[in-house]
Amino acid sequence: MEDRKTPSVIDRYFTRWYRTDLKGKAREDHCILQHSNRICVITLAESHPILQNGRKIKNINYQISDGCSRLKNKVSGKSKRGGQFLTEFAPLCRITCTDEKEYTIFSCIRGRLLEVNEAILDRPELLLEKPSTEGYIAVILPKFEESKSITEGLLTREQYEEVHSKRTNQQEPSLVQLAL
Amino acid sequence: MLSLKEKDRPIIRKLLAAGCCARCVLRFCCMGTSSSYKQSYEDIQKELLEFIGEENSQQSHDASGHTEDPPNKRIKMEDAISTDDSVASEEPKTDLDICPVCLGVLQDFCNQTFVKQVSDAVKKEQYVLESLVLTVSLPAQLSVREQSCWLHVKQEVRDKSMCLGKDDVIQVKDAFKWAIQGKIGQELGAAVLASSPFEVGVGFAHPQTEEDCHFLATTCPDCFKPTKNKASIFTRMAVVKALEKISDENFKRRYPCPPKKPSSKCTALDTTCLHTSVFTAGRYNKYSRELPQTPWVIDGERRMDGSVEELIAAPLLSSFRADGFNFSSSGREDVDVRTLGTGRPFAVELLNPHRVKFNKTEIKKLQETINQSSDKIRVRDLQIVTREATSRMKEGEEEKTKSYSALIWTEKAVSNTDLEFLENMKNLKIAQKTPLRVLHRRPLAVRQRVIHSISTTYLDTHHFTLKLCTQAGTYIKEFVHGDFGRTKPNLCDLMKTDADILELDVESVDIDWPPAIPD
Ligand SMILES: [Zn+2]
Repeated sequence: MEDRKTPSVIDRYFTRWYRTDLKGKAREDHCILQHSNRICVITLAESHPILQNGRKIKNINYQISDGCSRLKNKVSGKSKRGGQFLTEFAPLCRITCTDEKEYTIFSCIRGRLLEVNEAILDRPELLLEKPSTEGYIAVILPKFEESKSITEGLLTREQYEEVHSKRTNQQEPSLVQLAL
Repeated sequence: MLSLKEKDRPIIRKLLAAGCCARCVLRFCCMGTSSSYKQSYEDIQKELLEFIGEENSQQSHDASGHTEDPPNKRIKMEDAISTDDSVASEEPKTDLDICPVCLGVLQDFCNQTFVKQVSDAVKKEQYVLESLVLTVSLPAQLSVREQSCWLHVKQEVRDKSMCLGKDDVIQVKDAFKWAIQGKIGQELGAAVLASSPFEVGVGFAHPQTEEDCHFLATTCPDCFKPTKNKASIFTRMAVVKALEKISDENFKRRYPCPPKKPSSKCTALDTTCLHTSVFTAGRYNKYSRELPQTPWVIDGERRMDGSVEELIAAPLLSSFRADGFNFSSSGREDVDVRTLGTGRPFAVELLNPHRVKFNKTEIKKLQETINQSSDKIRVRDLQIVTREATSRMKEGEEEKTKSYSALIWTEKAVSNTDLEFLENMKNLKIAQKTPLRVLHRRPLAVRQRVIHSISTTYLDTHHFTLKLCTQAGTYIKEFVHGDFGRTKPNLCDLMKTDADILELDVESVDIDWPPAIPD
């Protein structure tokens, strides 16, 4: 029997989509895992700054404004009534690293918020160690009629890898800033 | 013989004068003897006229000067004609002589010709029958005409007996059934039983008088709200409801009493046949990892050929000659999961079966036919069951246990001894959030499940077989890979390695229904 397993759970059931440099912020890349049943899991892309240079997480905050906490999200029934409706640039949470840098994670797609990952509040290391599985950020259910169109503005895995490889040939943006 | 009473005379006279047919006359005399309606139309009419005649002759001897019109000349003439040859024409009426109350239903559709017409329609469907029950659907306006006729003779009927009311008048539906259903049964060689599972439906329409109902829409607008599925708002139910609300005076102002004679009789709608569902049950094995339980359709396109339910149902459909089926089972497995052991209980409801009686040998043969049709599935314990019994399949589904066998891959190399601790876990409690793969169609919840026991068979450094006995409703795949950490604890947590499930088999579904059928 072969040692390496063939396709992982993500490979088998999900399509990977990406959004790079979110809100114009360099390398703040997000990954959207879309299940064949249209449900989407939002995660950090492996190139996200939080996952670089051995950064540590100081705090994860789902309270995105005074009046709105993603932790208060509740859905009921098969139709998931009551879930917060998110647009593409709705913030999901803010993550502060030990170097005091703060990052906002965005919804990336339109849809109803089903759940956020509360496990990373107690164990932020999950986010660093398993960013694409146990360290996920949120689960979103796009509208049935939008399940195809929501991915229109997103990058495919190939396009993302292309962006990624072009970058490695360039300088780190922070260094560019220093030079100015 | 009709058992008519003295007090029926004024009712009969008044109804005949209004042009009512003989059977409607009996109805308004509250004649509850079903055999009376079975007599030929002509015989009933003859008896009625003789009964009236008796009175007339009495009247002529009577010098009291009672001057009510004799019961109309036409009837007398008909009487004269019909006595000549009673065999040649059973229904001796012209089209101008249609009953204004039943619109001909009790005149022209209670004869042998109509019995033959209905019976032939049933015979064409080739049902294997033991009994039948007749259902009748009448145009809604018959209720309006019934009301009109009732108001016309209300006083006379009440005079007959203090306690008689509108509800004591025999309904057109019942009179029609009494007149005809025995004959249909005879023609088809089937008993007539109110509780029969086989329904012969006859219906009538009379477009010419549909407008009869329309005035009710102004007297009771609430009764006639448009509904999606109905072609007309003037349904029988709505009309009956509106008639209950309208006062006698108001009704009489808006509708003639007695009702006007129509110029044509009802037309009969196509005869319908419906046998109540028959249920079969059994257990199935599924040996393929490329066979869904039910047809797999995404965006209107079929994803895989065949399905468990179709393989089982096809031979059942052709043997029971049913119009369709509904398949249900105790839980279900994914496309890529096999079901081994004694199999999974299932039931198939067969809709409108044309044949329902099968002996044990025939059922056994039917099971063989299913099993020979494909090597992807196998059926055992096939049997005919009651509708009520099928609920036992779903009862206590949650409490029952299921046994599984799974092929596991681990990222970390493991040895035989690394697996031992799993065997010691008894009644492991896990918390499962609704798996992402079904979350689009099920509510989000966290469910506590118990894994009663675990055993393992080591295969190589990265593979082993995991055997689980679990509470029904446990999601096995998610217990293994963790579903983004949404099932806790999962096998990855327990073994402290990434793990995945490569193959899954259901080994047993521990539900003791349906009962085993010995070979
Ligand atoms: Zn009639």
